[in-house]
Amino acid sequence: MLIRKPSDIKSSEITSRDHYVDRRSFMRGALSGAAMLGAAAVGADRVADLISPRTSALAGTKLETVKSPLSTTGETLTTYQDITTYNNFYEFGVDKGAPSKNAGGLPTRPWTLKVEGLVNKPQTFDIDTLLKMHPLEDRVYRHRCVEAWSMVIPWVGYSLSELLKQCDPQSKAKYVEFHSYFDKKVEKWYYEDAGINWPYTEGLRMDEAMHPLTLLTMGLYGEVLPNQDGAPVRIVVPWKYGFKSAKSIVTIKVTDKQPNTTWNLQGANEYGFYSNVNPTVDHPRWSQKTERRIGAAFYDQRKQTLMFNGYGDQVASLYNGMDLKKNF
Amino acid sequence: MNRPTLIILKTAVWIACLWPIGLLVYGAFTPNGLGPDPTARIEFSTGYTTLMLLTIGLGITPVRRLSPHLNWMIKFRRLVGLFAFFYGTVHMLAYVALYAGFSVQTMLDDIAKRKFITMGVATWLLLVPLALTSTNWAIRKLGGKRWNLLHKLVYIAVICGVIHYWWQVKPGVILPLPFTIAVAILLLARPIQTALLKRKAKAAASGRQVVQRPG
Ligand code: HEM
Repeated sequence: MLIRKPSDIKSSEITSRDHYVDRRSFMRGALSGAAMLGAAAVGADRVADLISPRTSALAGTKLETVKSPLSTTGETLTTYQDITTYNNFYEFGVDKGAPSKNAGGLPTRPWTLKVEGLVNKPQTFDIDTLLKMHPLEDRVYRHRCVEAWSMVIPWVGYSLSELLKQCDPQSKAKYVEFHSYFDKKVEKWYYEDAGINWPYTEGLRMDEAMHPLTLLTMGLYGEVLPNQDGAPVRIVVPWKYGFKSAKSIVTIKVTDKQPNTTWNLQGANEYGFYSNVNPTVDHPRWSQKTERRIGAAFYDQRKQTLMFNGYGDQVASLYNGMDLKKNF
Repeated sequence: MNRPTLIILKTAVWIACLWPIGLLVYGAFTPNGLGPDPTARIEFSTGYTTLMLLTIGLGITPVRRLSPHLNWMIKFRRLVGLFAFFYGTVHMLAYVALYAGFSVQTMLDDIAKRKFITMGVATWLLLVPLALTSTNWAIRKLGGKRWNLLHKLVYIAVICGVIHYWWQVKPGVILPLPFTIAVAILLLARPIQTALLKRKAKAAASGRQVVQRPG
């Protein structure tokens, strides 16, 4: 369980932003007798936080950001509430609401990210170094899950290529592999997926990893990432299904072999290595022609899915001459 | 069981059966009441409730056989079954409207390509004749034997429902396991109980005649 250090977050910061007041944990807190006693003294939402140390651990910290020309425009942003309570992060439970309740214990500080493999300058980066290494950009991206739902998310970070360049990949390097944090003591819910090989592993082709849209992500809505969204550092690849964007990464391994990725191992006929958003390639479980926009009313959720999630202008050339039905 | 107790029980069962749809209707009319993904909330909640009610319905006979004091349970089997059909139908209609957007082509595609949908449709189709023949009139018209035989379809339906659930979740996800275990136990309970009753009856046969209750 995580008890937040007072220095991590000022209580004034929590209460000033109504986004943060999670009604459910408020209720949970308010319903319990202990909370009732404490509520008078400290304020009910603060107590709810102590009882159920959830979501926004560390996430109160504002980040200094700059605008980015690579940001998607013309879309309504999904609310902070929805982005932080509707998560697939199976290490913390299969239910969409589970990560926001269970991820509080993820030890996001201290945190290091190791870059190894076929690089001339293998390095281990501290999270605080990563936050300062390059100006942090606001990048609004559409996010399309393979389960046929989607969001529009204002991430904060910079292109992964900035990090990789520092490590100087060798010419043999063809692929990049990402490993997520995994500790059975912290992520006690992993057993809900008896069959999955942890830690979570994802991968990209080198040119995909070096593409400017591929984001090394450390923030959301101008603030430090909440744990359930992959704190303290994750990958975001906006033209691929969400599971390609590994959360809470600890290792980046540069290789010459196509990595074995977690969902591909679970079901190769369902989750290809590429997994580009593609309305013309069907998934055995979900039609990929349409998607449900999170946060819209039930009669207004369905939208057409765009090829490469609408980023075709920027990324289609990566796949020139490839049969995307075969390499799904 | 006396009349007031029965009325209280009936009211409680009705409230319990209407609760899930009540939550959905209430949610539909409150801002953000159905959560971040209303379509999924409606579809998952109705599918889950259908399977829950079918499983409960399946459990009534084996549980009531445990004690003569539980005989009143049989009075609720039809109600539970019809509610299962009701939720299954809302689930199906929600799919037609919110997933397929009323497109016949999409539905045909889904039925042909997505085996979990194929199995869902099969499950629902199996429930239709059961709901249609749930009236006293139909029971009389068919005769007890044939009616009983027809309503054995519910065993197949609930198994299909469980398979539909397994095929709907991602490989490795074991959410349908509790239902699978419950349904397996309830299905196995019947032949085991029958065998036990037969043995008891045989043992007692020397003494008095034991009449086995039907159902
Ligand atoms: C016309 C028939 C049916 C269709 C088209 C259908 C379709 C669906 C769909 C689209 C989903 C959600 C998939 C997703 O969003 O990823 C679902 C889930 C589900 N359905 Fe059905 N279904 C049908 C009949 C049934 C019946 C009769 C039952 C019950 C026996 C049932 C039980 C379930 C269950 C338990 C779930 C998962 C709920 C959860 O995850 O909590 N379905 N079905």
